[in-house]
Amino acid sequence: MTPTPASPRFRAVADHAVQVEFAETLSDDAHAAVLALDLALASDPPRGMREAVPAYVSLLVDFDPLETDHRAVESSLRRLIQAGATVNRQPAERVVEVCYDAPLAPDLDAVAQRTGLDREAVIAAHLAGRYHVYMYGFAPGYAYLAGVPPALRLNRKPAPVRGVVAGSVLIAGPQCLVSTLTMPTGWWIIGRSPTPILLDDPARPFLFDVGDRVIFRRITRAAFELARKEGADD
Amino acid sequence: MTEALLRVVFAGPHVTLQDGGRPGQMRFGVPASGPMDRKALRIANTALGNPPDATGIEVSPGGLVLDCLSGAVTLAMVGGGFILHIDGRKLGSWSVFTLRAGQRLTVRLGPWGSWACLAVAGHLISETWLGSTATHGLSGLGGGRLVAGRVLRVTGPSQCETAERSIPCPVWTRPRHLLHAVWGPQERFFPPEVRTRLATGTFLVSSAIDRMGLRLDGPSLPPEESLGIPSEPILRGSVQVAGDGRPMILLSDHQTTGGYPKIATLLADDVDGLVQCRPGDPLRFRLITPEEAVQIARQRARAVDQYLSALARPYLPTNSNE
Repeated sequence: MTPTPASPRFRAVADHAVQVEFAETLSDDAHAAVLALDLALASDPPRGMREAVPAYVSLLVDFDPLETDHRAVESSLRRLIQAGATVNRQPAERVVEVCYDAPLAPDLDAVAQRTGLDREAVIAAHLAGRYHVYMYGFAPGYAYLAGVPPALRLNRKPAPVRGVVAGSVLIAGPQCLVSTLTMPTGWWIIGRSPTPILLDDPARPFLFDVGDRVIFRRITRAAFELARKEGADD
Repeated sequence: MTEALLRVVFAGPHVTLQDGGRPGQMRFGVPASGPMDRKALRIANTALGNPPDATGIEVSPGGLVLDCLSGAVTLAMVGGGFILHIDGRKLGSWSVFTLRAGQRLTVRLGPWGSWACLAVAGHLISETWLGSTATHGLSGLGGGRLVAGRVLRVTGPSQCETAERSIPCPVWTRPRHLLHAVWGPQERFFPPEVRTRLATGTFLVSSAIDRMGLRLDGPSLPPEESLGIPSEPILRGSVQVAGDGRPMILLSDHQTTGGYPKIATLLADDVDGLVQCRPGDPLRFRLITPEEAVQIARQRARAVDQYLSALARPYLPTNSNE
């Protein structure tokens, strides 16, 4: 049976986790159900829960097998889902600055060419996107932002490019992300951001929470250099 | 306040500082990290009377050479059968010993095992990230890699013992070639004959091993068309299969989400034994129910607790007057 937000599927994982699946393919309703359950778990964690990991259409609860088991965790999850928690938290809005100047945006021309837009139109379309944090993954602070406008949706490059610096603003398909480490990527590099995402603050380690709205704000090269210098001086 | 300084003369790749790890951050893309063999660090620390998750040095198959520049520090080595020398004098591979100013400790791969932990009496000064010194290999955040020339500082009562002693090496710390796993969570992408291959086939540890994962050679496990699956959480112990049909088992520095299907997931405790295997070692999987998995986890935890409480008993010198 295909899982739905109203009738999710529960999967026991190893000796220490339960995964809840609200859909098998990308779906906004299923993602809303993930966010609602994540919020409910934060205020009412089942006994023995170590952490919850929200993803696109599924959520994993990791637990201590010395304190509880799959069945107990699953029944807590069913109870929380049946209580019908909906996300009534107003999502926080995070601003990410981005400089689109040529040396910091090596793929802007290629994106313009492939989309049939000019550089400024690509930038305007990127800025006009309504983004929210779908999930984290891959590496620390890699927040996948959904909401790239249809006009900018490109498949990723056929082969990854090595050594793409941290702070790169990347797009692929409907997703955008701001990288936090220097690493290879096949996504299109359309700008660079000086906005810190790893905050090094134990109380708030990362800029975004899953579900947050994100707004990109264009800055000049001079403002980018200044912000980066200030960041380095902290 | 005493202080000891240790200088890294040589360190193989992936030799890092590790504590018990930073669980609780997977939602931000951050795995727990921590030692490849988690029990090794707990045992080494317990042998010194440290908290079990205190910061120590994880030694990779590449080995480690340390010079003690000043002071003296008592160390405990646990995990695998590594070969230890102080200035050319051989020590037991699982032992507590003291390294003094002017002495050189050499650790190299021995007859069995792949990863070891060197616990340090006193306090090993280390960078922390998100409240933990565990090194996340990909980013280098946390205590960081050991590289030649790096100097480690140990403060506090760093020399706690003068006598050398060995640490008992229980059978459950040996390499584990039969791995307990629970199906899924995405086994539905694998046709029945491929699942049978996982349950009955013999796989080999390949040479592609790092702190993120370990690739297996042997039977191919091609998934059915599954490229469209939305990324789902990944755990240490996930058996993930890319389109090429080669399985990979995710380890301490695993990525936290991914779109490749996971055919099965290992019992957390079996991962400690898996990492002690070596390239070319055969591996088999025993698929068990989630209920059996929890039961085994609890039995294992009891055995480890009993062993650790025995190890933690105060060390009584033989010439004690009491």
